Amino acid sequence: MDLQDPPGRQFHNGDPLTAADVAASLNEIAFPPKGVLSPRSDNFMMVKDITAPDPGTVVIHLKFATTAFLPALADPFNWIYEKKILDTDPHWYEQHIMGSGPFKFAGYQIGQSIKGVRNPDYYHKGLPYLDGFVGIFAPKQAVQLDAIRADRAATEFRGYPPSAIDQLKEQLDGQIKVQTSDWNCTLGAWINHKKKPFDDVRVRRALTLAIDRWGSAPGLSKIAVMHTVGSIVFPGSPLAPSKAQLETLAGFWPGINKSRAEARRLLKEAGAEGLSFELLNRNVDQPYKYLGTWLVDQWSKIGLHVTQRVVPTGPWFAALRSGDFTVGTGGSCHGIVNPPIDVQTWLPRSVSSANFGYYDDPKEIDLYDKMLHETDPTKQRADMWNFVKWVLDDQAHFIETMWWYRIVPLRSYVNGWKIGPSHYLNQDLSTIWLSPPHCGKCTAEPAPAL
Amino acid sequence: MTGDDMYRYLIKRILLIVPTLFGAATLVFFLMRLIPGDICVIRLGSGGTSFTEQALSECHAALGLDRPLWLQFIHFIWGFCRLDLGTSMWSGRPVAYEIATRFPVSLEIAVFATVIAVIIAIPLGTISALKQNSWTDLAVRTFAIAGIATPSFWIGIVSLLAVLNLTQYFFGQPWMPPINYVSVWQHPLRSMSIVILPAVTVGYRYSAVVMRMTRSAMLEVLREDYIRTARAKGLVNRIIVNRHGLKNAMLPVVTVIGIEFAFLIGGLVVTETVFNLNGIGRLLVQAIGNQDYTLTQGIVMLIVTIFVLTNLVVDVLYAWLDPRIRFA
Repeated sequence: MDLQDPPGRQFHNGDPLTAADVAASLNEIAFPPKGVLSPRSDNFMMVKDITAPDPGTVVIHLKFATTAFLPALADPFNWIYEKKILDTDPHWYEQHIMGSGPFKFAGYQIGQSIKGVRNPDYYHKGLPYLDGFVGIFAPKQAVQLDAIRADRAATEFRGYPPSAIDQLKEQLDGQIKVQTSDWNCTLGAWINHKKKPFDDVRVRRALTLAIDRWGSAPGLSKIAVMHTVGSIVFPGSPLAPSKAQLETLAGFWPGINKSRAEARRLLKEAGAEGLSFELLNRNVDQPYKYLGTWLVDQWSKIGLHVTQRVVPTGPWFAALRSGDFTVGTGGSCHGIVNPPIDVQTWLPRSVSSANFGYYDDPKEIDLYDKMLHETDPTKQRADMWNFVKWVLDDQAHFIETMWWYRIVPLRSYVNGWKIGPSHYLNQDLSTIWLSPPHCGKCTAEPAPAL
Repeated sequence: MTGDDMYRYLIKRILLIVPTLFGAATLVFFLMRLIPGDICVIRLGSGGTSFTEQALSECHAALGLDRPLWLQFIHFIWGFCRLDLGTSMWSGRPVAYEIATRFPVSLEIAVFATVIAVIIAIPLGTISALKQNSWTDLAVRTFAIAGIATPSFWIGIVSLLAVLNLTQYFFGQPWMPPINYVSVWQHPLRSMSIVILPAVTVGYRYSAVVMRMTRSAMLEVLREDYIRTARAKGLVNRIIVNRHGLKNAMLPVVTVIGIEFAFLIGGLVVTETVFNLNGIGRLLVQAIGNQDYTLTQGIVMLIVTIFVLTNLVVDVLYAWLDPRIRFA
């Protein structure tokens, strides 16, 4: 990794940003010292060591070649701090902010707002265009939409369902524009294999066969951020299965009647007809509550009696983690699209603590390792398909539903922002510029940055 | 009333605060730990990331959650005795700082709502009592019952939408108050524009409660012998109502105002959410949701203390207004 071009990178405190800082920060993420928590250390499982032989070069040796490495390196959560600070206090970053980006930290009002001011020494000369920004905390969707409508906020970068956007467009005729993208987040349901009769693959297959994904997606996507029918691999990725492949998986068949007839047959064969159970769900509107209500309805079509237990995030997580649930909503959300790493969530419990299916499956681990180590794109795609088919169809370990879809509204005077497949990405705001009169004394589009 | 009587009464009431606070502290400490969930699980895994059991243990150790429960309790009580509420388990900042940044919002709304409620409720409640069973009385009672029956979050949402729609209709551009709070000491007008809608929303329900209390208290007082005596003496109605009626009817009204005011400090969760105000109520809900024991304990103890002190003030006012109470 060559850090010498462009020259003159520096931290906001004026200290130069060198390869030693990058190596120290990445080392702390990949190989956290005792007492330091690094939830993303698994992303660097392929890394052997990270060194900085000179101030302009970082060298990273891998244990094995994998396509998962470069996306892992590009993850927006890989913050870089000064080596001298990390060396003296590895917990410094927990209470402080340090960057080298387009805006300097200017203030934070707890639960209210965060402010940034233009960094005149930003290494991309000419950027950023804005003098500063204020990010407002507003957890409720209705408040956010009202704020955009009244121009108290210029945008919201996470995304809304189409119904909310349509209303905003109607209220702000010509004063609003919209960008859309597939979203690297998916949600489905974990089946706790430790609870009977869900240790029986026939029952698990019946649960997934009951869900009419293709038929429900058009309606559901109007009111919720759930949108694209897909497997556990991001639909836009080259590693994602084709529609023809998807349609061979249990619950993804084109005819829902045939699928549900098979589900009833399996339940009867397993002695689980008319089964009753509770669906654990999270008290979050988008899209958890929509997903939960929809799943309960879908399962009722094969004679299952399902009730929902909707709890706040804390108890929801605690129940998932302690195994105190039968079926519970869950999924994954990532910054960089990196399917070989993203699908780690579904590895057996002995490998992935984010797996709440509570099962062991050595064959699944073998399939995953084969895919991870494969560097030929065609072969890796085939290996990924074998892994996906095993998880979603052969073993029905997880009930995958739909991937999310981002629809981001911007006031029409906001320019230069480009949506990505994650709300964690493209948040540096460096390329954003405002049309007159919102930009002060400006008259036209700014000159391109160097 | 002699000075000694009042002094003894005050001492007795202040001493009663100690067991009340201790009982509340014990309850909040143990009830919080009955709620399922673990702050470390939320902190480490809420982004959907995986983490190891070692990371979980280290987090528990760092927050002191690996210590025996009785030791944690003693630590909490000892800290509270020294007015040290500890550090938020979620943000790592002192609990006192977290509360201090939110308290002005809640206090400002509570004060404004109380002023609005008193201005509306006492005159209307009195008129309603004086014109009992008339059309005026019926209208005031309907207004009051509607205020109690209508959820304040609904009034909040509707009033906000009304402001947006009306400004768009009349001025071409929708307008709403800023959603980024500033202190009344920094920008008085901006601060007022932020809190006025929530204060009216809350003040309406609050005024309905006080209005009904004023009306019933006035009706009772107006039937007392001393009022009849005053009328027989030929006093003008205004003096009878203001000097003899209203003053004596104020005892239960003061109690209601006190309790409602204390409630407003921590009880405006929904209103704060609707208007995006970062007050104590929202902080409490966030703290409970995050399983942040220290912050939850700190906020609950603050609310309990405000309730206890408000009750003390009300009791002292009672004793001052009615000599029978301090000699009981």
